[in-house]
Amino acid sequence: MRRYSAFAIAREALRHHTGWGRAWRSPEPKKQYDVVIVGAGGHGLATAYYLGKNHGITNVAIIEKGWLGGGNTGRNTTIIRSNYLQDASAAIYEKARGLYETMSQDLNYNVMFSPRGVMMLAQTEHEKRGYLRTAHANALQGVATEFITPERVKQIAPIINLDGPRYPVLGALWQPRGGTARHDAVAWGYARACSDMGMDIIQTCEVTAVTREGDRVTGVETTKGHIGCNKLGIVVAGHSGQLAEMAGFRLPIEAVALQAYVSEPIKPALDCVIMANTVHGYLSQSDKGEMVIGGGADNHNNFTQRGSFSHIEETTRALIETFPMLSRLKMLRQWGGIVDMTGDRSPILSKTPVDGVFINCGWGTGGFKAIPGSGWGFAELMAKGHSPLTAEFGLERFREGRFIDESVAAGVAH
Amino acid sequence: MLKFTCPYCGIEASETELHAGGEAHLKRYGPGSADEEFEGYLFLRKNPKGVHLERWRHAMGCGKWFLAARHTSTLEVFGTYPAQTHEPPAEILEKIRAKYPEALK
Ligand SMILES: Cc1cc2nc3c(=O)[nH]c(=O)nc-3n(C[C@H](O)[C@H](O)[C@H](O)COP(=O)(O)OP(=O)(O)OC[C@H]3O[C@@H](n4cnc5c(N)ncnc54)[C@H](O)[C@@H]3O)c2cc1C
Ligand SMILES: [Zn+2]
Repeated sequence: MRRYSAFAIAREALRHHTGWGRAWRSPEPKKQYDVVIVGAGGHGLATAYYLGKNHGITNVAIIEKGWLGGGNTGRNTTIIRSNYLQDASAAIYEKARGLYETMSQDLNYNVMFSPRGVMMLAQTEHEKRGYLRTAHANALQGVATEFITPERVKQIAPIINLDGPRYPVLGALWQPRGGTARHDAVAWGYARACSDMGMDIIQTCEVTAVTREGDRVTGVETTKGHIGCNKLGIVVAGHSGQLAEMAGFRLPIEAVALQAYVSEPIKPALDCVIMANTVHGYLSQSDKGEMVIGGGADNHNNFTQRGSFSHIEETTRALIETFPMLSRLKMLRQWGGIVDMTGDRSPILSKTPVDGVFINCGWGTGGFKAIPGSGWGFAELMAKGHSPLTAEFGLERFREGRFIDESVAAGVAH
Repeated sequence: MLKFTCPYCGIEASETELHAGGEAHLKRYGPGSADEEFEGYLFLRKNPKGVHLERWRHAMGCGKWFLAARHTSTLEVFGTYPAQTHEPPAEILEKIRAKYPEALK
């Protein structure tokens, strides 16, 4: 693999950029691998990357029915934060946030991590108390957050209207090292590094069945034939239920559509991420100048990557009250993704009833921020059978009533 | 926009008037049942990419719960029916099977 560097840019400039190679290979599948990962989203690719980097397992295939990064990873609004309430969540999300800080150097790929600060507005007394509690929990967990006053909010984000008639801003939970990153680059950077370690990324190849011998997995049937493996990692977000059914078990998951939209580009007006969870809306400004806007998820099971009009209306209405300047903007594009929701709004990183099959899902509306931490922990779980990062996130927690309740922090989409 | 006809008041309601309630025809398990049964009832869901039998409440109308058969990736609605039933009426089943013979298996 050719390293990217300032020197490489200069060298290529001198020969009309004819020397850049492909970032990853597109091989035909082999008959057998040590590990097959289904789903080349951020979580699948990060899992493969850390299997190679941390555990020396490189005989790995990542199988993707569409194109890599074309699922939720390429559709999300890229908010990165770790200000969760429960200890298990804080551990995995903060691990991820920490890895984002050095990801560009680690992957030799610019993922444009921008720790510009994430602000979660408190717009009811109840929400204010909730965030005060989270700030205290974060202090104990070693996650740097603070509860800030409305005056400070206005200082950081002058475009905000503090005394919206219905939902005045009463303060905010502020995580200065939260921020955003370039979603595609995260997928592409991991893909390039995986390919470089000799792993096969097989795109436009759909997994249609899981093959077993007794209780043990032997491989997957795909549109490119049977591919054998010793261990199988299912990392398919919205399609987790379908893959679980192929493997022969059920999940506590429902798939719903979550959408986002962006405005026309404007001059810099907002240099942090703001989430208004009571009114269901959040925004940040991209480097291109577009306001990147998201809101609540649809509440019915849905596999259309679209979302309903009523949510656009709800989100727009909510945000215009708090950011009146938005009412002057034209919206350019809207899209949706299929997110995998669990009852406690926490992910599942787990062994399954089938020997050799592992599942990583349930990230719902908020898994982009977790990609490196999830890959780190899930790779450890797949390689060693146990990981301190994933231990609490097993499937059995539902039967045992041991929920990791994040419906306070993650009740809204982000 | 997603629309359903409420089987009680007969009004054609759009999704903003309704509240989605998830999978229909769940068998309830209570005290004394096995952990697996209780887990299945409370948490495990079919979540099909296909025809889904589901609960909806006419929240901004008559307030009642009803059931519906809907395809989760085309959003076709095959019909709605009262909540006090254990399976969809024959005519809805026929409509579904005519188009999706593999559905609801
Ligand atoms: C609109 C929107 C906004 C969001 N905003 C944020 C945010 O601001 N911050 C945040 O942290 N998170 C956010 N999220 C959530 C985040 O995008 C997801 O949690 C995360 O990207 C999930 O990554 P993944 O790798 O698990 O899934 P995906 O990226 O969806 O990858 C799964 C892959 O599996 C493939 N696949 C499925 N079935 C098969 C099959 N049978 N065979 C082969 N391949 C298959 C799919 O094609 C897909 O590429 C948002 C999501 C959406 C939709
Ligand atoms: Zn009614």
